Amino acid sequence: MAEHENNVPAPRHGPNRGGYQKPKDLRGTVGKLMNYLGRYKLQLILVAICILASAACNVGGAYLLRPLINDYILPGDFSGLAKMLAVMAGIFIMGALMSFAYARIMVHISQNTVAALRRDLFAKLQGLPLKYFDAHTHGELMSRFTNDIDTVSEAINNSFASLISCVATFVGTIAMMLYISPPLTLVTFAALAVMLAAVSGIGSRSRRSFTAQQKAIGTVNGYIEEMTEGQKVIKVFNHESAAIDGFRERNEAYRQASTSAQTFAGAMMPVMGNLSYINYAFTCMIGAILTIRSGDLGGLAIFLQYTRQVSQPVNQIAQQVNTILAAVAGAERIFEVMEAEPEVDLGKVTLVRVKYLPGGVQEETAIDTGAWAWKQPDGALIPVKGDVRFDHVVFSYDGKKTVLNGISLFAKPGQKIALVGSTGAGKTTITNLINRFYEIESGVITYDGINIRDIEKDSLRRSLGVVLQDTHLFSGTVADNIRYGRLDATDEDVEAAAQLANADHFIRHLPQGYQTVLSSDGGSLSQGERQLLNIARAALSNPPVLILDEATSSIDTRTEKLIEQGMDQLMAGRTVFVIAHRLSTVRNSRAILVLEQGEIIERGDHEELLDQKGRYYQLYTGQAELA
Amino acid sequence: MLKKLSPYTRGYRKWIALGVVCSAMDAIFQLLIPLVMADIVDVGIANADTNFIVRKGVLMVGMALVALAFGLGSAVFSSRAGMGFGANLREAEYARVQSFSFSNIENFSTASLVTRLTSDVNSMQMTLMMGMRLLVRAPVMLIAALALAIGLSRPLSRVFLVAIPLLMVFISILMVKVGPLFRILQEKTDSLNLVVQENLTGIRVVKSFVRESHEKDKFAERNNGLRSTSEKAFGAVVVNMPVMMLIVYGTIIAVMWFGGKMVYAGTMAVGNLTAFFTYIMEILISLMMVSMIFMMMSRSIACAKRICEVLDEVPAITDDRAQSGARVEAGSIDFDHVSFKYNTNGAEWVLENINLHIPAGFTVGILGGTGSGKSTLVSLIPRLYEAQSGTVSVGGRPVADYTMEHLRDAVSVVLQNNTLFSGTIRENLRWGNPKATEEQLQSACRAACVDEFLSRMPDGLDTDLGQGGVNVSGGQKQRLCIARAILKQPKILILDDSTSAVDTATDAKIRQALRKDLTGTTKLVIAQRVSSIADADLILVMDQGHVAAQGTHKSLMKTCEIYRDVYRSQQEGVNIGG
Repeated sequence: MAEHENNVPAPRHGPNRGGYQKPKDLRGTVGKLMNYLGRYKLQLILVAICILASAACNVGGAYLLRPLINDYILPGDFSGLAKMLAVMAGIFIMGALMSFAYARIMVHISQNTVAALRRDLFAKLQGLPLKYFDAHTHGELMSRFTNDIDTVSEAINNSFASLISCVATFVGTIAMMLYISPPLTLVTFAALAVMLAAVSGIGSRSRRSFTAQQKAIGTVNGYIEEMTEGQKVIKVFNHESAAIDGFRERNEAYRQASTSAQTFAGAMMPVMGNLSYINYAFTCMIGAILTIRSGDLGGLAIFLQYTRQVSQPVNQIAQQVNTILAAVAGAERIFEVMEAEPEVDLGKVTLVRVKYLPGGVQEETAIDTGAWAWKQPDGALIPVKGDVRFDHVVFSYDGKKTVLNGISLFAKPGQKIALVGSTGAGKTTITNLINRFYEIESGVITYDGINIRDIEKDSLRRSLGVVLQDTHLFSGTVADNIRYGRLDATDEDVEAAAQLANADHFIRHLPQGYQTVLSSDGGSLSQGERQLLNIARAALSNPPVLILDEATSSIDTRTEKLIEQGMDQLMAGRTVFVIAHRLSTVRNSRAILVLEQGEIIERGDHEELLDQKGRYYQLYTGQAELA
Repeated sequence: MLKKLSPYTRGYRKWIALGVVCSAMDAIFQLLIPLVMADIVDVGIANADTNFIVRKGVLMVGMALVALAFGLGSAVFSSRAGMGFGANLREAEYARVQSFSFSNIENFSTASLVTRLTSDVNSMQMTLMMGMRLLVRAPVMLIAALALAIGLSRPLSRVFLVAIPLLMVFISILMVKVGPLFRILQEKTDSLNLVVQENLTGIRVVKSFVRESHEKDKFAERNNGLRSTSEKAFGAVVVNMPVMMLIVYGTIIAVMWFGGKMVYAGTMAVGNLTAFFTYIMEILISLMMVSMIFMMMSRSIACAKRICEVLDEVPAITDDRAQSGARVEAGSIDFDHVSFKYNTNGAEWVLENINLHIPAGFTVGILGGTGSGKSTLVSLIPRLYEAQSGTVSVGGRPVADYTMEHLRDAVSVVLQNNTLFSGTIRENLRWGNPKATEEQLQSACRAACVDEFLSRMPDGLDTDLGQGGVNVSGGQKQRLCIARAILKQPKILILDDSTSAVDTATDAKIRQALRKDLTGTTKLVIAQRVSSIADADLILVMDQGHVAAQGTHKSLMKTCEIYRDVYRSQQEGVNIGG
């Protein structure tokens, strides 16, 4: 829920994901990935050719050992040997070149594909409704960009080519083995069967213990994240040793889980390696007996070499398939985000700058005249006045708990409307709806007589300046942060806006003034200073309608008093929605709406409301009584 | 760095030793197998001795089985050692973070501390484990294969004199080239992630200002930078394989040429030539492993550096000067010529020459502009920061006399940016006092007006708060934090603007309850509203790092211009409203 987010300072990071999750829709996801790889069709074909060629060179080059021994070394034909070795060298060089070529091309393809995935994912994220961000933690979305993209990148970079290369080498080697000696190949088949059984046996156990390990990692990481975020509270409450105890417990569980998972994973290599040697031993034994009769020493030598070679792909294939499955699972999560329902925006009415010609006629212009108009699809211009109306608006964040229950309100152009009420009464929600951050369930919200659903979202939001309670700053200079309100603003504009918000003074006291670099959480600034920057940002954007959501809650009243003039200047001629729990802030509003549990229970100006002796009076005198 | 990290293998050194031995033995037994093979070819086949062949064959199988046993041993021991080392390291690092003072914590961002504790350590433990399995194996393989090859034929082994230096040179060139590229890659990745993270936290701002395309541009720029750097880095890595292949294949050809001549001349047996050939392949494989490990290592060196930074960070505040037995007896507070700044090199003092005396049991209101030093002033009392000059005393003794534990047990702070933890409300409140009885919990809840919404919570005190306390609103969270602080039954209670999200009526109620329930406790209240502190025994007006004025509401109204200003700005409405 929106209101809850306000006091969560730092983003939360989800537990480390990755590892052995199975994709739900293998074919569909692979298809979508293929769309991304599709633009490299020619290169991919080239890669496949290079892989096949390099595998053929490796297998074939090794085969030359047989004629080398049988036909040249044993008979002592050295000029023939020299020629043969030259051929062999040629084949090997070819093989090395081919494998370099495909690896290099794959790097290009994978890095570009992954960059495209990242770009699309980020672009997609920009179009998602706030509801989506409420439902997913930052950590979860971050891990789409980190862990998931990494596994996909890894798979395209290595696994894909390795897999083809392994299969090609495997098939080629088996073919050569059959060609050299079918009976000896049977020994290898038997060994391969045992290896496969071992791979799948260890594999399934390893997967199970990996799942346990991932869970334990998640627990440890979750604990670390939460506790580190609250580290200052831990200090204040002397909770350090309790925190260490809690950590130790989870750390130990993780150690045990990971030891068992890594043992299984680590067993794979010696098992496969030594099974291959057992195969080698049997082949050597049987092969030697056969060779006594055939005398094909070269054949035995090369066959033994193939015996060692053939098990490596088996081992690799199993590994690569796991990596690829993990990558597909990662890609699936990425595509899930990409396929999430974007913000609905069917609005056709746009916001344009206008200038007034003699006679009161408006004309669209590119120059900043300070005057705005709504441009209808048919080209008709309606001046932007800032007339906002809610008509029986019903809203709920989750579809269950109604937050606004049939709210009707109106703000006439240039009026200052204040929303007061206790925490959770629905004040922020109202401003969220004007912005169309969320879709209402029933009722209508109009803006200058136009249903806001008919206004293009970007135009709608551009017409509204918002100063939010949670003061978000971006890493960059102070000037950059203010300039976020209007990207093309000059340094003078920025400084003027800062002066208006009374931020100029403290900015000049920063080490580098306006060029001071802020870290992303603006850690070096106080909450109040950050609010001043936020106000300056909104002032710079110069919108027809302003929404101030607790914009001055962390600014002391004296400073608030100082910026009042600036604020008045900022608010002059604009429709302003003010949310404040500090009633002195809203006192001079044209209309004050008192909200409670999603309903407007009182409305009027300050004096009228005091006269009513209702909730507002209580709130207000709750303060006065103690003074 | 190795030296610094090696102590954390404690308790697992035996497994490291066993693992290394197993890896080595596995490799050695595997390498002996081709020797037996050479015997079979040169003796068995040459003499057509089937019995000999079978005997030797069974020997080979036996050796492979022994190697298998050692291999499994290496898997078991290396995972124990690696994961155990990781657990030790993680715990040591976490314990270190617990000893950090506020200024240490601020030196690292939360996100970076989390990375250093999680993925950096994970990468270290994997490095040790894989290192034990491969890094041991590779040199053993290399040396043993070389030795055996030399044993097979000394003259033929001369090819290695060319091949191995060539490989070494190549690997070191690659290392030198690739290392920095991966460091840049890491930086670019971090900067890309920063954009995403800020975008996620600031998504409302982005949407409000319709800056989606600006954000996309920002992202695209870093995305392209990352892409081109990673293409460069990985492009360099892929040179590795083919070059190694070329060197090894060159060696094979040389061996076939010289070895072939030797076989013909009868100075070498065919089986030995084949075995020699096998050893070359083994050497190739172990070299590939070495280069792979080096790649992995160059990444984990960066991780190790980051971990060491945490381990090396010196806690800014320690109990060194604490006197045993010192306990906070009373809640009086004294500031004697206290000056403080956050950045020791900074030019301006945040607090300058503060002198104060606050008697025990007083309620003190602190008022002042943004950045006037209110929060800083109170944070010196529980020694969250240490003053650069002057003395802060509590209960008549300098704060450094007490251990932090005793001091902070007696001084309870409700921070401005407060945190609740996942778990039930009860568990969170018990942070204040692990042994709190049901009545104590209830009365703290009453005092902090938690009871008002507690009854509406599905499971009362046992309601689960979710991570970071997401299941309560801002105002409710603040009230819970106050209740948690009250439960400590502190000598001094500090509320640092802790009711900013609480409505005025509730705020007033909480203050009344505090006055009634915590009579002996010194209460320091930082507030924006004059109404919150007007009834205080003493009011401090802070201005630009100084105490501009102190006194009661009445006296300040007479003497202090700033105070009158603030008061008027907040009270005008009441006069109009009458």
